[in-house]
Amino acid sequence: MYAQMVKSEASEEDPAQLQSFQDRIDAGEKIEPKDWMPAGYRKTLIRQIGQHAHSEIVGQLPEGNWITRAPSLERKAILLAKVQDEAGHGLYLYCAAETLGVTRDELTEMLLDGRMKYSSIFNYPTLTWADMGAVGWLVDGAAIMNQVPLQRTSFGPYARAMVRICKEESFHQRQGFDIMMKMCQGTDAQKHMAQDALNRFWGPSLMMFGPSDKDSVHSAQSMRWKIKMNTNDELRQEFVDQTVPQAEYLGLTVPDPDLTWNEDKGGYDFTEPDWSEFYDVLKGNGPCNAERLGARNKAWDDGAWVRDALSAHAAKRKAAKVAAQ
Amino acid sequence: MTNTKPEWPLWEVFIRGQHGMSHRHVGSLHAADERMAILNARDVYTRRNEGVSIWVVEAQHIAASSPEEKGPLYEPANSKVYRHPTFFDIPDDVGAM
Repeated sequence: MYAQMVKSEASEEDPAQLQSFQDRIDAGEKIEPKDWMPAGYRKTLIRQIGQHAHSEIVGQLPEGNWITRAPSLERKAILLAKVQDEAGHGLYLYCAAETLGVTRDELTEMLLDGRMKYSSIFNYPTLTWADMGAVGWLVDGAAIMNQVPLQRTSFGPYARAMVRICKEESFHQRQGFDIMMKMCQGTDAQKHMAQDALNRFWGPSLMMFGPSDKDSVHSAQSMRWKIKMNTNDELRQEFVDQTVPQAEYLGLTVPDPDLTWNEDKGGYDFTEPDWSEFYDVLKGNGPCNAERLGARNKAWDDGAWVRDALSAHAAKRKAAKVAAQ
Repeated sequence: MTNTKPEWPLWEVFIRGQHGMSHRHVGSLHAADERMAILNARDVYTRRNEGVSIWVVEAQHIAASSPEEKGPLYEPANSKVYRHPTFFDIPDDVGAM
């Protein structure tokens, strides 16, 4: 997902205290920043929310790539609004993470020097305008699948950020599908572009949910703590079941020859994505890893003088205010 | 690349919605000063007409109760059910009250 393979931390606190914490979670109570929490809960959440925030920020890059080349002024304004939303989503999440005792600058540094990850999906290039459709439809669609249940997550600030994000995210998916519809109603060349975008983004979208449950070692503790609400495979299945009919509506073919409806389970059987590719992208070897991190570092470094100037201006105004009193 | 500069202060953001309600806490952000905090709050928290008025206050100026005080602060109210109008039985004959 936007947070993939988040390592959970074991807890070494007093068993009675851990149990009463677990009881609160089981009773559906929200944990707030000043409440007692196990160190492992705090650490796992910082990792997960941080990774989620970084994904929102890095996720601006593949789409930002098309702002200047959008096919019409309306499409450009819409894309700009979507990318601006992603910045906002990153900010809500950074704020939620900060309530756990990590600073914004620490989080930024850990993204920039590679200590913290962002979702594997953003290491793929956006080659044509149809990719803007595929990203909104598939990538934001997959994100929604994960984020809707997270509105009920146990940590209050995270849950509240999710409520806000989910309200805005469905605009993202719909604008993507709208682009796909236009392309699919267009010329043969445009239809071909739409199919090509689906072909390239299908596998990476399935990978967003993280490894198969049998290989997902960190899920159990996170699910007990209600910071992960569904297993990776559950969400992936839900995503496929929702997306296949939409592809059919568009007249596109899902690039999986073994995709079949399974009456017994009431869902589709589908081919697992290429997990060796997934692990390789996580390691930093995806098509755009270096480019994405390079762009973030450049933006941070190039913006240093602006941040410094704003700080200096604020300090000057503060001093003038004090002097006037 | 370690950043030794102090972080911009954290501001808590309160927005009054369209419908004449009180200002309500919506989230927080970092900004160098109050002007920038308001402008950023506009961009981050009112992109869809969510508000007609913004308050920002530096987070360090907020005094908050602590979770340990929950008992002494809120338990006394539990036993005072007579503070709710439904505590009193008014005969139907009396009419609306």
